[in-house]
Amino acid sequence: MKLRQLSTVLAVSVAAGFGGTISADAADTITVTSWGGSYSESQRKAFHEPFMAETGKTVLEDEWNGDLARVRAMVDTGNYQTHVIDAESGQLVAGCDEGLWEKIDYTALGFGPEDFLEGAAHECGVGNISWSFVFAYDKDQFPDGGPQNWADFWNVEKFPGKRGLRKSPKWNLEYALVADGVPLDEIYEVLGTEEGLARALAKLDELRPHVLWYETSAQPPQLLADKEVAMSSAANGRIYTAIVNDGQNFEIVWDSQAMDFDFWVIPKGHPEADLALEFIKFASRPERMGDQTNYVSYGPLRTAAVEYVNPDILPHLPTAPDNTVRWFKTDTQFWADNRESLTERFNVWLAQ
Amino acid sequence: MALPPYATISQRVGYYGLRIGCGLVFFFLVAPVLVIIPLSFNQDPFFTYPMAGYSLRWYEEIFGDGPLSILWQRSFVNSLLIALCSTLLATVLGTLAALGLNRAEFPFKSTVIAILISPMIVPIVVIAIGAFYFYAQIGLVGTHLGIILAHAAIGAPFVVITVLATLSGFDHNLVRAGSILGASPVRVFRKITLPLIFPGVASGGIFAFAASWDEIVIVLFMAGPEQHTVPRRMWSGIREHLSPTIIAAATLLILLSILLMLTMEWLRRRNERLRGINQP
Amino acid sequence: MFAKVANPTAAFAPGSAELQVQLRRAERSKKIWALVLIAPLFLFLAVTFVVPIARTLFLSVENPELRDMMPDLAAALQAWDSDGTPPDSLVRTFAADVLTAHENRTLARVGKRLNFSISGFRSLLLKTARRMPPQDSPDLLAELTALDKRWGERRYWAALKQASTPYTVEYLLAAVDHQFNPDGEIVEKPPERSIYLTVLARTAWISFVVVTICLFLGYPIAYLLATIPTKYSNLLLLLLLLPFWTSLLVRTTAWLVLLQNQGVVNDLAIWIGLWDEPVQLIRNRLGVYIALVHIMLPFMVLPLFSVMKGISPTHMKAAASLGATPITAFLKVYLPQTLPGAGAGILLVFILTLGFYITPALVGGPSDQMLSQFIAFNASTAVNWGMAGALSLLLMVGVAIFFSIYSRLVGVRDLRLG
Repeated sequence: MKLRQLSTVLAVSVAAGFGGTISADAADTITVTSWGGSYSESQRKAFHEPFMAETGKTVLEDEWNGDLARVRAMVDTGNYQTHVIDAESGQLVAGCDEGLWEKIDYTALGFGPEDFLEGAAHECGVGNISWSFVFAYDKDQFPDGGPQNWADFWNVEKFPGKRGLRKSPKWNLEYALVADGVPLDEIYEVLGTEEGLARALAKLDELRPHVLWYETSAQPPQLLADKEVAMSSAANGRIYTAIVNDGQNFEIVWDSQAMDFDFWVIPKGHPEADLALEFIKFASRPERMGDQTNYVSYGPLRTAAVEYVNPDILPHLPTAPDNTVRWFKTDTQFWADNRESLTERFNVWLAQ
Repeated sequence: MALPPYATISQRVGYYGLRIGCGLVFFFLVAPVLVIIPLSFNQDPFFTYPMAGYSLRWYEEIFGDGPLSILWQRSFVNSLLIALCSTLLATVLGTLAALGLNRAEFPFKSTVIAILISPMIVPIVVIAIGAFYFYAQIGLVGTHLGIILAHAAIGAPFVVITVLATLSGFDHNLVRAGSILGASPVRVFRKITLPLIFPGVASGGIFAFAASWDEIVIVLFMAGPEQHTVPRRMWSGIREHLSPTIIAAATLLILLSILLMLTMEWLRRRNERLRGINQP
Repeated sequence: MFAKVANPTAAFAPGSAELQVQLRRAERSKKIWALVLIAPLFLFLAVTFVVPIARTLFLSVENPELRDMMPDLAAALQAWDSDGTPPDSLVRTFAADVLTAHENRTLARVGKRLNFSISGFRSLLLKTARRMPPQDSPDLLAELTALDKRWGERRYWAALKQASTPYTVEYLLAAVDHQFNPDGEIVEKPPERSIYLTVLARTAWISFVVVTICLFLGYPIAYLLATIPTKYSNLLLLLLLLPFWTSLLVRTTAWLVLLQNQGVVNDLAIWIGLWDEPVQLIRNRLGVYIALVHIMLPFMVLPLFSVMKGISPTHMKAAASLGATPITAFLKVYLPQTLPGAGAGILLVFILTLGFYITPALVGGPSDQMLSQFIAFNASTAVNWGMAGALSLLLMVGVAIFFSIYSRLVGVRDLRLG
């Protein structure tokens, strides 16, 4: 970078910094917060870059980890650092209950719940993708055939090696119960009882010495590629892009996995909520949603987007018939009600 | 302390044992920092020796013009901007305070010193969440200014301490001589005090710069996407995808730290020399 | 000024009142100047540093949720003596406030606060709000109990009452794994919900181990630096200071690259034949110790070095010529003189290690996390500022105790860097 450019950038940064977050050209800049890695990349290509080209506005990217503290601070103080956030259903419902998200005005968007899969057009957020929390393994480490289900994931004798698990109670508790033989339609009923929770934690205890805990959803493909783990839970799209883009020899196991939706949400009271809505409207265009599947294997939630989906990628979507032989939907209400107590219990267990 | 020719066997064992042991500890201290430098020139995206070939591609990812490169460059600009502004603030305020502390005894002086240097001792997480909670209410979270203020606070004690140390060998008769000869207080400060305490001011400034440049916890809590610094980018890199680009950035930072360290060393020796001349 | 003095010689005589006044005036103006110079930094730190931290620590005893979002209920609860079943008027105020809060979308925040006392309270509140019995029913409490039998339990109402006071010690109690029972007595938390005493002990233990390793590695280094000629020691000091100046994240990156399963150390060890399979060197306690010792070692060596520099080599020679063996001479003559430096190094390393966050977070496993990690977790992920404040207070008290020992022993005025 040349010195003159540098000083210009410096001057601009100073101006932006001292003038607060909303600088002079604020209305032309929109910040979109998402989950980083290949998922953010797919959004950059399918949404941000075409949006910038069409509107002449600038899209800034930020990453988050589902921490609602920053959103709380933004909403309480009116000091907004982001316009649009990509939230999992857990954050959508928790934030909606606590008044952190703007109500979505579907009439202004020009489409409605009837255009989406069931549950994807929420009062606080517009559905974006369907994704599954699967597990994947490194085929190099299992030349004679790899694990086929969650019981195999727990079977360290037959399938030796470290396991990558996300450092949060969500889904780990569910899969522990699945591995322990609980039928898919009874998971949340069992988990809601003290005995069921104890059962899940006891099952996790068996695996504890073999687990490597990760914290960001971009980590699992990296851990697999570095052979730090032999298998890992992961969002299906992350594994898919590692296989397709980086030529990794991974295999996704589609058995008894949880499906969840991601949503676009707007922090409550945002002075530029209309700009945020404009972006959401753009990103919800069927052909944009379909285009995203060119870069990552997540299913579009708007029914009209299906005809724009890359046909090669159809069998890799979480909604493909072959991938939905055995699956369950994440019980968002259960997690909204029990997140704190389960997190407390899980953290105590984890810190032992 | 060389080994005398009449040393006993146990003295010899002690002599060489100490040197070998210390050599290992120095190896432990320096090797990890140095070993990653060659890896930043690795042609392949792996972190193992021997390397297949050399390439500058990871540096291109920082200095090129792709979307990620722009993020890296912006983070360097942010780091520099924040570190320079906070250093300036910390150095001015810290030097003034040190001059004041050196000037007179007053009640509760130790308590005042303890408060002035407390940012060095309070755990950084406590500072960070305090700054986040409090600054959020006055709209400073997600601004450069908020981070600059917080970094100036953690940098100022370094300036206070180094300037106080320089002042402890300072001959106040020089100031009196200046006044008697008719110089205004400002002129005395500019022509006599400042040149003499300059090594202390500069070292304090370098410490404050390094403290801000290296700081990550406050940035994690306070920075929005427009304030991401180099450590913040490295943090997300380490947690997501430990790519050779991060190693390349790390190498650049190591070069910078060597530069800062050598400047410090030069200042320290200059100070010792100056004081040696002044002392009878 | 002199013109005013009638008899100059008298004015400068020792003990003269006039001189004393002048001296005092000069002293006072010096003091005022000193304070004027100190004031900018003092005020700056007060605003940017002291007040924010004091504010955060104060959060640990604040109890605002119920009072802000359900003020009528909070007042009614304050009037209730919490004996037996809640009176009908209280239950009606409760029902009205729950509905209002539900409409204002603040009920979940109240529920979150109550969840801290009794887990499951949040979902109970939201469920009750969604299926609230008609307000005019004759026995509202019976209707509520029919909706969910937990409303018949006194502990839920007791928790509500505890949440209605302006200040609370619940967070501070929770920071040491204690809580209130329905009768308002302080009891231990059940083991499956107790965590912080373990974390506190672990934080102290990790700091202790790091201090010990640093002392054993740092003492010989400082000795060597103090006894070799200056031209060598200056060079070695640079080697010691290189990691000190290198960015924390750079060093952490280096350890990750070196110590991971496919990293340099494992590759080398397997190639030499030290071990056959990659050994877990990182994301566990070993990794934390390695990385922390690497960071803290200069802080141990520098104070030791400056003390050892001042010890004359003739002391050891004198001891030897008086017949002491090298070991006796070291233990009886050299070691006692280095104790002040060792004390300073030990305390400095201990204080700094207590508050570490980034390094254990990146190179440690879940059972290696220190107190700072849980402060950050409560502030960002859990959004529980009361708990974050209480844990911060705990950490600050620990640091303050050791820092006051340090300032007694070393003196804050003599603090030196490098």
